[in-house]
Amino acid sequence: MNKIVKKEILNPTVTEIVIEAPLIARKAEPGQFVILRAEENGERIPLTIADYDREKGTIALIFQTVGATTMKLSKLGEGENVPDVVGPLGRATDTEGFRKVAVIGGGVGCAIAYPVAKKLATLGAEVHGIAGFRNESLVILREKFEKTCAVFKLMTDDGSVGEKGLVTDALGELINEGNRYDCVYVFGPLIMMKFVAELTRKYGIKTLVSMNPIMIDGTGMCGGCRLTVGGETKFACVDGPEFDGHLVDFDECLKRARSYKEQERKEYEKTCKLFTEEK
Amino acid sequence: MANMSPRKNEMPCQDPEVRAGNFDEVALGYTEEQATDEAKRCLKCKNRPCMQGCPVGVRIPEFIEKVAAGEFEEAYGIITDTNALPAVCGRVCPQENQCEGKCVRGIKGEPVGIGRLERYVADYHNTHKESAEEPEIKKNGKRVAVVGSGPAGLTCAGVLAKKGYEVTVYEALHTAGGVLAYGIPEFRLPKKILKTEVDGLKKMGVKILTNVVIGKTLTLEEICDEYDSVFLGTGAGLPQFMNIKGENLCGVYSSNEFLTRINLMKAYEENARTPLYRPKKAVVVGGGNVAMDSARCARRLGAEVTIVYRRTENELPARKEEVENAKEEGVVFHMLASPVEAIGDENGWVKAVKCEKMKLGEADASGRAKPVPSGEYFTIEADCFIVAIGTTPNPLIKKTSEGLEFDKKGCIVTDESNRTTKEGVYAGGDVVTGAATVISAMGAGKTAAESIDGYLSGK
Repeated sequence: MNKIVKKEILNPTVTEIVIEAPLIARKAEPGQFVILRAEENGERIPLTIADYDREKGTIALIFQTVGATTMKLSKLGEGENVPDVVGPLGRATDTEGFRKVAVIGGGVGCAIAYPVAKKLATLGAEVHGIAGFRNESLVILREKFEKTCAVFKLMTDDGSVGEKGLVTDALGELINEGNRYDCVYVFGPLIMMKFVAELTRKYGIKTLVSMNPIMIDGTGMCGGCRLTVGGETKFACVDGPEFDGHLVDFDECLKRARSYKEQERKEYEKTCKLFTEEK
Repeated sequence: MANMSPRKNEMPCQDPEVRAGNFDEVALGYTEEQATDEAKRCLKCKNRPCMQGCPVGVRIPEFIEKVAAGEFEEAYGIITDTNALPAVCGRVCPQENQCEGKCVRGIKGEPVGIGRLERYVADYHNTHKESAEEPEIKKNGKRVAVVGSGPAGLTCAGVLAKKGYEVTVYEALHTAGGVLAYGIPEFRLPKKILKTEVDGLKKMGVKILTNVVIGKTLTLEEICDEYDSVFLGTGAGLPQFMNIKGENLCGVYSSNEFLTRINLMKAYEENARTPLYRPKKAVVVGGGNVAMDSARCARRLGAEVTIVYRRTENELPARKEEVENAKEEGVVFHMLASPVEAIGDENGWVKAVKCEKMKLGEADASGRAKPVPSGEYFTIEADCFIVAIGTTPNPLIKKTSEGLEFDKKGCIVTDESNRTTKEGVYAGGDVVTGAATVISAMGAGKTAAESIDGYLSGK
């Protein structure tokens, strides 16, 4: 049982909760994740740790309402409990030894990109941040990125705020302006990570992508999160979640991510209906 | 006068056609009459060969004598002197290779149904236990951590708690039980039975902390500092794959994933959130109990199921009873074949499994005839392919601790008393032996508990 001590609606689809989890807060590092259940008969889902406070013994999770579990989670209020939270799982982001980096977040992926940007900046790297959203109403963490990054580009699909375009447009521009990055970090939808990796491949820039496949246990037991990296099968939960973006078989990941699309849609609709009826 | 019938009292079972459509328990258990009648088949041999076959040394003829006399609580007391989980063992132990395999009645007929009697006694106790008194345990003030709540950990915890130790069990998942919770299906081991056994331990003062991964949430070193001794019963949880083409297609599962969705997450139930694919045609590769469990689960989801095994029926490592049950439920066995490729459709979903025919060659290191490729191939249509070819220990603790010795398979090295190379740390079960049986893990948990008691008593 982990109590929600703070809850904030960041935008119509994205929520931040801060929960009591002293053991996890003590060990958590940027890039690591937890697995939680939002209710007793719930599924186990992975969520990346967005922030942690070792002294207060809390961790922050930022999530988008995309399915039944995140919907249920978004309905829990301050003072209520998340029944099961386990972590910190996965390996911490490799942040050592880089002088100049680009950190790219797409949508709710910015919630994971930000702590990594912060850690890199603390370690003395020059951090260039790029955050992409569909439109202005979905923008999160803008001020935090601006404070942390030497250069920050906000991109929207419709140009309602920041520049109109994709994160790859912004990255291409920065590279063309003569910026030489030791590493590019990408956090966001699979398709976005795929295209960023294709771009950086041309320039031979090391690129780390954060994979978020279907997972059950998060400890290497089920193998549901497996993906092909450089021709080898890896488990995202224990070998990742970050991998060399130039070696990941994104097309396979895209197909595997759709394994339960139909069931997930039905559960989501069922849950939506439930909450509408409760009102 | 002993009952000289050459055959066991038959176990009442759910009809195969009915049970292939539900997850309820297959074997229904003896009635009181059947139990006492079966108990009378025991010849009370002086040298007790059955006991030699039991990894935890249950005093079998003694408890059976009590069953014959209708003194079931007394029988329960005798079993639980040495076996912490009788309702589990009575259901999932491979008795034919253990106690019943040594029974003299088995020479000219069927052995005494020891497992069935054990189950009867445990179930009797569990339904009547309101009246049974819980013994008072005097605490000795010493603290032991048990890592993993599978059969090895639960047994170790139970033995130590009885001796007065303050025991804390750490479990990575949200439910206690290890393989008993995520691996063995409801129809073989109803989860309420597991819960009863776990609740029994809690009543004895055992603390169970779920959602803690040792090697992540806490390190082994941290718990070593906090406790007087540590037992590692972390099992063999890492699934092996075949490393064949197409193994990462959608619809291809490790048996661990497939079974966890069903058993731990109860994904087949209407109100469960975990998604589950209900296959039409499933292929399971492997010949152990896990392969049988996977096949029988797939069958219950409505699939036509084929088990592909590279040797013949004689070499199947699964319990005979499980193989028979699977056949009765309509699972098809394709022997002397080994998958070489999973073939996918345009959406990346498996549509067929290509197999190579095998022949039996000379005996290999395991003493069984070695399967030899024939160069002939065939394909089986399938929208689900479950890989059940074994598991190895999870490397999480290995990667995050010092002082433990591991063998080349990643198993923890211990001496006969289950002591590891790290001071105060003991280990047992699948993490030491590689994937084996519930009862051998329990035997190891018990031996380790005795060793820990010896170690801490001397302190």
